[in-house]
Amino acid sequence: MSIEIDRINKRFGDFIAVDNVSLTLNDGELTALLGPSGSGKTTLLRIIAGLEQPDSGRIRFQGEDATDLHVSDRGVGFVFQHYALFKHMNVFENVAYGLTVKPRSQRPSKKEIRDKVMHLLEMVQLDWTADRLPSQLSGGQRQRIALARALAVEPKVLLLDEPFGALDAKVRAELRRWLRRLHDEIHVTSVFVTHDQEEALEVSDRVVVMNRGKVEQDGTPEEVYDHPANPFVYQFLGNVNLFHARVQNGVAKIGSVQIAAPEYAGQQDSLALAYVRPHDLEVLNSREEDALHARIDLVSVVGPTVRLELQTDTSDQAVHAELSKHQYRSLGLVQGGDAWIRPVISRVFLRDADSP
Amino acid sequence: MTAALQAHSVKRKRFGSRNNRVIPGFGLTMGFTLLYLGFMFLIPVGGLLLYTSLMSWEEFWKAVSHPQVVASYKLSFGASFIGASINLVFGALVAWVLVRYEFPGKRVIDALVDLPFALPTAVAGIALVTLYASTGWVGQNLEVWGIKVAYTQLGVVVALTYIGLPFVVRTVQPVLEDLETEREEASASLGASRLTTVRRVILPALLPALLTGYALAFARAVGEYGSVVFISGNMPYRTEITPLLIVAKAEQYDYQGAAAIGTVMLVAAFLLLLVINGIQWWTSRRGL
Amino acid sequence: MTTQTLGNVANPALAARWRRATSEPDWLRWTLIGISLSFLALFLILPLLVVLYGAFEQGLAVWTAAITEPDALAAIRLSLFVVAIVVPINVVFGVAAAWAIAKFEFRGKSILITLIDMPFAISPVVVGLIFVILFGTQGWLGPWLAAHDLRIIFAVPGIVIVIAFGTMPFIARELIPLMQQQGKEEEEASLTLGAGGWKTFWYVTLPNIKWGLIYGIILCNARALGEFGAVAVVSGRIRGETNTMPLHIEVLYNEYMFTAAFAVSSLLMGLALVTVAIKSVVEWQTERSRRSADTP
Repeated sequence: MSIEIDRINKRFGDFIAVDNVSLTLNDGELTALLGPSGSGKTTLLRIIAGLEQPDSGRIRFQGEDATDLHVSDRGVGFVFQHYALFKHMNVFENVAYGLTVKPRSQRPSKKEIRDKVMHLLEMVQLDWTADRLPSQLSGGQRQRIALARALAVEPKVLLLDEPFGALDAKVRAELRRWLRRLHDEIHVTSVFVTHDQEEALEVSDRVVVMNRGKVEQDGTPEEVYDHPANPFVYQFLGNVNLFHARVQNGVAKIGSVQIAAPEYAGQQDSLALAYVRPHDLEVLNSREEDALHARIDLVSVVGPTVRLELQTDTSDQAVHAELSKHQYRSLGLVQGGDAWIRPVISRVFLRDADSP
Repeated sequence: MTAALQAHSVKRKRFGSRNNRVIPGFGLTMGFTLLYLGFMFLIPVGGLLLYTSLMSWEEFWKAVSHPQVVASYKLSFGASFIGASINLVFGALVAWVLVRYEFPGKRVIDALVDLPFALPTAVAGIALVTLYASTGWVGQNLEVWGIKVAYTQLGVVVALTYIGLPFVVRTVQPVLEDLETEREEASASLGASRLTTVRRVILPALLPALLTGYALAFARAVGEYGSVVFISGNMPYRTEITPLLIVAKAEQYDYQGAAAIGTVMLVAAFLLLLVINGIQWWTSRRGL
Repeated sequence: MTTQTLGNVANPALAARWRRATSEPDWLRWTLIGISLSFLALFLILPLLVVLYGAFEQGLAVWTAAITEPDALAAIRLSLFVVAIVVPINVVFGVAAAWAIAKFEFRGKSILITLIDMPFAISPVVVGLIFVILFGTQGWLGPWLAAHDLRIIFAVPGIVIVIAFGTMPFIARELIPLMQQQGKEEEEASLTLGAGGWKTFWYVTLPNIKWGLIYGIILCNARALGEFGAVAVVSGRIRGETNTMPLHIEVLYNEYMFTAAFAVSSLLMGLALVTVAIKSVVEWQTERSRRSADTP
């Protein structure tokens, strides 16, 4: 079931939480709403669920207007950040809840409910916890029960609010791979909110990057990571170095280094910033024409990679570079020594009021 | 960020904008709450204030400044002040002992602290007068020292101390429980003696709770009737508390006199509530 | 230094001398405990004992006679009748107020909370006076009530009204902080699963506030039975008709029937003890559920 988000606006007093957002989420896709806190991603998710009312705009499920449907009639599965399991009910009762509160005429028989709940519990690999209370489960187990509970009512769409936010790193990683596999099995249109870029890139079919109530970029994980649409997305997805540059006739110059920027062919002497990820920076041990001189301030070895903190002659800001231990050794670099750096892949944005 | 969001969401939602609410029942519950409060509380209290305001200023002043009435204010407020002060000291001590120390029977003692709150005041009244009468278990021992409690102003203090007892304990206790020992350990590691730590670290943290408890005990004591009338002896100008005067005037159908004094008591109660809310506002602002 | 002494538990002298930075020496600790317990014994235990002693001094037969005598039975019946009306009203009011305050945001919320607290701050005799002025024979509505042959003051309706006024805050005060602390996620979860408002309240909210509600009811019950000052003003103390249990105690005491007065008192005292015991259990329950919710 596709979800159409049509010009949704939502304010809280003076604070604009969602600013005229339009999106169409395709049937069967797993979409990540990615953004920093306060970017409006959770508000948007709650609007889709019917837990918040938009100030204006429409929500459509498969073309049908659902904006005025009350949350209990909307048929969405919602997984809350802190699980919101019913504390006084055991796991079985929690998962069965959505079925047992159906009006008598639509309610499945006791046996049907039991079979369905047990099937779901098997699917989340927690059938052995049926008689336990939520307080007797670990965080990751609670999260899976919350998911089973949401799936029990066969929702048209599945919405997850920071589903792994409250878990520790190891459980997080396991659970998100598990969620990906589960989605491949059941194929229900799903949206999850996260502020963790790694999570968004790893799990989803599609990433929607949000900031200040607006969609900054919308695309596959590869698209948003490899071709960030703007400086915000660049900085939000991973570490990045900023170089001051001047753009002239489609070429950006950082000191002696020249970068092709054909999109600015018409620009004459404009100030710009070049964005380069640490691993897209080539480090050399000898002077070259198109490389910047820098001093190595700090070398830190993190497992198989080596991170360098460098200082160029022209900027006060430290530049970070990443290379493999093998490369580092063969170059013979030392802390306090000289190096030359050259951007391999970079993106140039003209400076305007918005840029840092 | 979240705090700002919450502050905004308070602004956003207005009375009656029902379609903005997802959880149902706001109209029903809010409507019933306001209706009930209005009929049971606001209209009756407004009625008393209106009734008093229909009196002329001279009538009102005569009723509230009669020497017998003034004597009762002095006793009611004075005894409440002393009672609340006793409770401040002992309440803080009891809270400290209950939170920090272990001793046999602690759970039972802890539960019993609420008794003056749950025990009918008339029962407390006859129990206290029986204890403190010159033939009573406590009274006869004090008699030896020439101290009379029952039917004196001291008796009023005893009764008002009794009914105010739970308040300081119950406001200080949770704060003391939440106080991390880390702060005390920090103080000790910086070279402070235990007494200095208590004085400079613990007491300031407890101050808002102490003040709130004090004000609650005082407010409760000023209006108290049942537990006092038995032990006080109700002698005009000497052991007559203000609530008793109101009852006496109402029984003689002197509604105007009663209403005037009642209004003074009502205003005092509102002011005390304002003080209590002020302390709580101040506390939450300082983030204590 | 610290670790050394800690490691040296085999040496009892050292272990005894070593004291945590945040505790007091034994002598001081026991002195403080002693002072506290003496204070509490004087103010909490002795009154209990004197009531028990007074009630049972002349034997169980006298006690039984005192509480089964017709006027006493009438007072007990009246008190229970009033409670049966007032407590359910307060339950509905408390739950409604707590639902509106805890689950929604609106302007003037703190004013509403203060208003709900207010009856607690008003002297009971002033409460009685308010309704005498409204409904008494010399009061505002007195002539109209007399013309329609209705009695509120010096009759049961007046007693019900003042007790309902005085006990208004008790259940709401228990539920509001409890429901505020629980938030509304579980209710939202229930709604997304297709349950309506009443089902959500019944299956999700009510089980969560069960213990607080039970204590609120018990406390409200005890306070309603014990209400004295306000009832003294409006009841008129008609024996067998408008005397509640506390008023009956007063009458007996003033007639020097001390044993009877203490016998009826012992009933109310028993209820007060049950009330504080239940509070203790409720706190223990909520503490336990909170702790089990914290540990994964």
